[in-house]
Amino acid sequence: MEITVTVNGTERTADVEPRLLLAHLLREVFGLTGTHIGCDTTNCGACVVLVDGTPVKSCTMFGVQADGRSVTTVEGLMSDGQLHPIQAAFKEEHGLQCGFCTPGMMLTAAALLDQNPSPTDDEVRWAISGSICRCTGYMNIVKAVQAAGRAAMAEQDEPADKPAAAS
Amino acid sequence: MATDATEIRGLGHRVKRKEDDRFIRGKGTYVDDIKLPGMLHMAILRSPLAHAKINSIDTSRAAALPGVVAVVTGELLAEYNLAWMPTLSYDTQAVLATDKVRFQGQEVAAVVAEDPYTAKDALELIDVDYEPLEAIVSPQRALEADAPVIRDDKEGQTGNAIYHWEAGDKEATDKAFGEADVVVSLDTFYPRCHPAPLETCGCVADVNPATGQATIYMTSQAPHAHRTVFALVAGLPEENIRIVSPDIGGGFGNKVPIYPGYVAATAASLVLGRPVKWIEDRSENLISTGFARDFHMHGELALKRDGTMLGLRTHLLSDNGAFFADAQPSKFKAGLFHIVTGSYDLPAAHVAADGAYTNKAPGGVAYRCSFRVTEASYLIERLVQNAAYELGLDPAELRLKNFIKSDQFPYSSPTGFVYDSGDYHAAMNLALEKIGYDDLRKEQAEARAQGKLYGVGLASFTEVVGAGPHKDYDILGLKMFDSAELRIHPTGKAILKIGVQTQGQGHETTFAQIVAEELGIQPEDVLVQHGDTDNTPYGLGTYASRSTPTGGAATAMVSRKVREKARKIAAHLLEVSEEDVEFAHGSFSVKGAPDRAKTIGEVAFAAYTNFPDGMEPGLEDVHYYDPPNMTYPFGTYVVAVEVDPETGQWTVRRMVAVDDCGVRINPMIVEGQIHGGLTEGFGIAAMQLITFDEGGNCIGSNFIDYLIPTAWETPRFETHETVTPSPHHPIGAKGVGESATVGSPAAYVNAVIDALSHLGIRNIDMPLTKGKVWEAIQAAGGTSKEAGS
Amino acid sequence: MLPARFEYHRPETLEEALALLDQYAEDAKVLAGGMSFIPLMKLRFASPGHLVDINRIPELSGISESGGRLIVKAVTRDNDIAGSDLIRARYPAMATAAPLIADPIVRNMGTIGGSLAHADPAGDWGSVMLALGAGVVARSSGGERVIAIDDLFMSTFTTTLQANEILTEIRIPSPPSRSGGTYLKLERKVGDFATVGVAVALHLDNGHVGRAGIALTSVGPRNIQAREAEASLAGAEPTAPAFAEAARLAAQAAQPVSDLRGSAEYKRNVVEVFTRRGLARALELAQA
Repeated sequence: MEITVTVNGTERTADVEPRLLLAHLLREVFGLTGTHIGCDTTNCGACVVLVDGTPVKSCTMFGVQADGRSVTTVEGLMSDGQLHPIQAAFKEEHGLQCGFCTPGMMLTAAALLDQNPSPTDDEVRWAISGSICRCTGYMNIVKAVQAAGRAAMAEQDEPADKPAAAS
Repeated sequence: MATDATEIRGLGHRVKRKEDDRFIRGKGTYVDDIKLPGMLHMAILRSPLAHAKINSIDTSRAAALPGVVAVVTGELLAEYNLAWMPTLSYDTQAVLATDKVRFQGQEVAAVVAEDPYTAKDALELIDVDYEPLEAIVSPQRALEADAPVIRDDKEGQTGNAIYHWEAGDKEATDKAFGEADVVVSLDTFYPRCHPAPLETCGCVADVNPATGQATIYMTSQAPHAHRTVFALVAGLPEENIRIVSPDIGGGFGNKVPIYPGYVAATAASLVLGRPVKWIEDRSENLISTGFARDFHMHGELALKRDGTMLGLRTHLLSDNGAFFADAQPSKFKAGLFHIVTGSYDLPAAHVAADGAYTNKAPGGVAYRCSFRVTEASYLIERLVQNAAYELGLDPAELRLKNFIKSDQFPYSSPTGFVYDSGDYHAAMNLALEKIGYDDLRKEQAEARAQGKLYGVGLASFTEVVGAGPHKDYDILGLKMFDSAELRIHPTGKAILKIGVQTQGQGHETTFAQIVAEELGIQPEDVLVQHGDTDNTPYGLGTYASRSTPTGGAATAMVSRKVREKARKIAAHLLEVSEEDVEFAHGSFSVKGAPDRAKTIGEVAFAAYTNFPDGMEPGLEDVHYYDPPNMTYPFGTYVVAVEVDPETGQWTVRRMVAVDDCGVRINPMIVEGQIHGGLTEGFGIAAMQLITFDEGGNCIGSNFIDYLIPTAWETPRFETHETVTPSPHHPIGAKGVGESATVGSPAAYVNAVIDALSHLGIRNIDMPLTKGKVWEAIQAAGGTSKEAGS
Repeated sequence: MLPARFEYHRPETLEEALALLDQYAEDAKVLAGGMSFIPLMKLRFASPGHLVDINRIPELSGISESGGRLIVKAVTRDNDIAGSDLIRARYPAMATAAPLIADPIVRNMGTIGGSLAHADPAGDWGSVMLALGAGVVARSSGGERVIAIDDLFMSTFTTTLQANEILTEIRIPSPPSRSGGTYLKLERKVGDFATVGVAVALHLDNGHVGRAGIALTSVGPRNIQAREAEASLAGAEPTAPAFAEAARLAAQAAQPVSDLRGSAEYKRNVVEVFTRRGLARALELAQA
């Protein structure tokens, strides 16, 4: 079946079997391997991408379901060569160790911050409770999300000609 | 962040991680990200039964499916002598089953196809005729005289016993028990759980048919050791094998064993002349790869009435699964369990250990256990807690009374360890202070009066890591040294190649910091390479917290060798004698004339452009480090919980962790390791379980039933430190990766037991599910004497 | 595991969807959020030859209130229900339950209609709808019928929907004033199915309990309506002893099995505890 998906702002077409999971469409057909697969029961969240801005577990969606829609993967977080505040914050706050859960975590966090730019500790933990991290114990992930929220708000308050947040 | 521009960011600095740049961009290269031209995909057919004879395997329908290139069975592998392979514990393990299947999930056949979906389709077309046998799901049953022999493939095997092992002095211990006022006894089961790194295991095996060279991209925590084993197993010349561990999405010991999938994929690539990728599903990972724990433990602690510990005796029965595949130093059949005397000055101790085969997946030594130190630490800390109740002493006081004192180091333990350094009192006192221990006890008393269940749990652990000295430590004969190779480029930057293998621990940053400390080259100017056996010096890899103790030591030593040569070059440039040159902060200066100096950068350039007559050009060296001793990180954890008597739900109100890992290379990374370990300890204490029903069916072989805590369940941690350097380590560091997983389960469990101790409850085996806690309360008669159940 | 092959259809209208079901009948499956069904396909526990994706049919999603009832279209996402001001204000049992379903990311896709049609006894919406006395509309090419929620569930994963029917909307009677409700869920961790779930709804009539709805998740072959417990409260004074008795009856109505999530005895205990706590909370809201 032929499908067209806007991935990170670019229209991509492919001819795929309906049973091809969205995660495999992204990884194998479109070559974007930043989206990871960590389980087979929709529990771990390593595969989270944004579909029309909403976090979705791409291992539990067929690629054909994304036909005509827009998908954002971790590769699409940067803009104009600048890191998204969430990416910068994850590095700054040591919010990652092995990096495998990180793309899904960051996209979930980015979607949270769009709705709630200054979440409490509890609100962050609730929002990321669909994802598993084995390495960090979540403490620094929470810090990173809150720091990203603050940085994004500060950027909005600053005049346009100031340098963007540190990468 | 404002820092002094000339400050060398070596030891003690919270340097941001260099490896993060690729991970935050989604540009890591994990094994499943690797695509090679012509690559095929392999899927494994696994046994649905725990114990059964194989009467026949018919692969014809699968082989006929369009897109399937080959179907491999044990019979086929046997022609290449690859149907069985050695384990890391001198046993053998089936690659693909031939005569029998011996655990549910065991590898039976492998399909190689053009794409992974077709490979999975073909699995359903393989017909296997099984004849079920009795499934043995307990080591106790396994050791009964009439139990069927699981390993009837081994000549002369008449039962299911694997080993009997002892440590310590039985006679002295019996004598000590004879003098005891009180003996506290505990039977406890440390259940089977699984490291479950978020990335499953897998490989891309690429055997070049023209050159015979095999490149195997592999989720490996020990690429060099794996290469040597591959050479022995596959009969391929070792120089023709290149193992590459790219980025690894977590290891925790799960990626130390060699799995049948790696061997089958390599064999397939060899035969088919094309690269073969095998990536296991999560269910496969949980049902068949190296699990952890599964120790049935009995402990007895002998004490005087005033709380003085006299002796410890322990017996453990280990459930090793169908093949003895523990990844541990070969001399120690139960790993380093004999560290079980822990932080206490016990005059006498004895350990007896028995291992048994069962119809379950092989393994046992994994999951941040430091070679079974987790199990040992759990047993002693639970015993000590119960001893406190028995004697009517405060659990903190009882520990403080018996801790090895700081002036007793180096300390020879009754089971043969020589602890390098420690200050257990300082760590405990700091932990008690930070959590406000006295206030918690007051609060507990008040809460009890109102029928509320508050508990405070302690655990003080001493770990033994850094395997290890050549005299006692080897895996399959390979001694457990490690290595570092350092070259300084003409422009003053450096490349460091190491034999250890990070899976998220931050070596690309921390090892660069060691070089920075020794040579004054900033960490961002030191490229750290690891994982490629063609490009790195031989090392035994990363597990059991050994990287900093061995690889970090090698890095410091090689840096010093390079520095010594650099000093000679500096003397030549400064036209003074070597003795007149001193080094500090990346600069070689003349004693007494500090403004006559050359930077390490200038010296590096000179190593290629202006070296003294008779000197070998260049500036590089390699060091292989054989540690003189293990290192002994330690700490005290304190957990405060509340238990809801109506549902058995328990909540961590506060958790304070004091860790001492000696010199801390990067405190930010140390804290991250602690957070991760405390979370794993929590998961193990609260919810993680792999179990089996009577038929040998594995329950907990997916993430629905194998419960990993999310951010919502996971407690918040307060971390603190003391610093007691290791006297024998070049930079005084001890390693920390596993401390929190080792030490924390007992802290959580002790907290819940403490909340229920006034009801007479002394043990609940992990995981402490809500149901089990509730049932324990009911069995004890409820929370008030008048309440009916 | 990966799913077996199937043919995929994405109708743009309900009529198209119904025609496809007429055509493929037993070999077709309706796909809404997919959060329950796609995992089954990946494990090959379900391998329909045809998948009918109804996610792009606009008339199948939305929340509105009219004619004395709340109308929630079948393909309304759990998170949209959780975020609905209307539901938060007037349907507290639903508002409490929605954020407890699965995990926050699954809730972006999971739908209330899909959950009800799936009829997993561990499904949270089933109990909430039973407690609220809801009904569902089932459409086929031949027309439509309204099914009381209790008549929808037959057994585990089995409803009274015909192969050519699509559940299109859920109708919940609007509560009278002085009403309250809640949902309590014991789970091993976020994202797990309920060990035990209890949905409670009640309204007060002159200070006495008018109608009470109590329904149970994960303690039987289907979501269970605790009728005797409900009956014990009808017209009764909302006192602690009355609630305790209702809780006891609810526990009796449960048919739990012992499994990894807990023993049958434990689950029965939790039913009792949660029913008691749920009634107290519902009363609190009703009296506010």
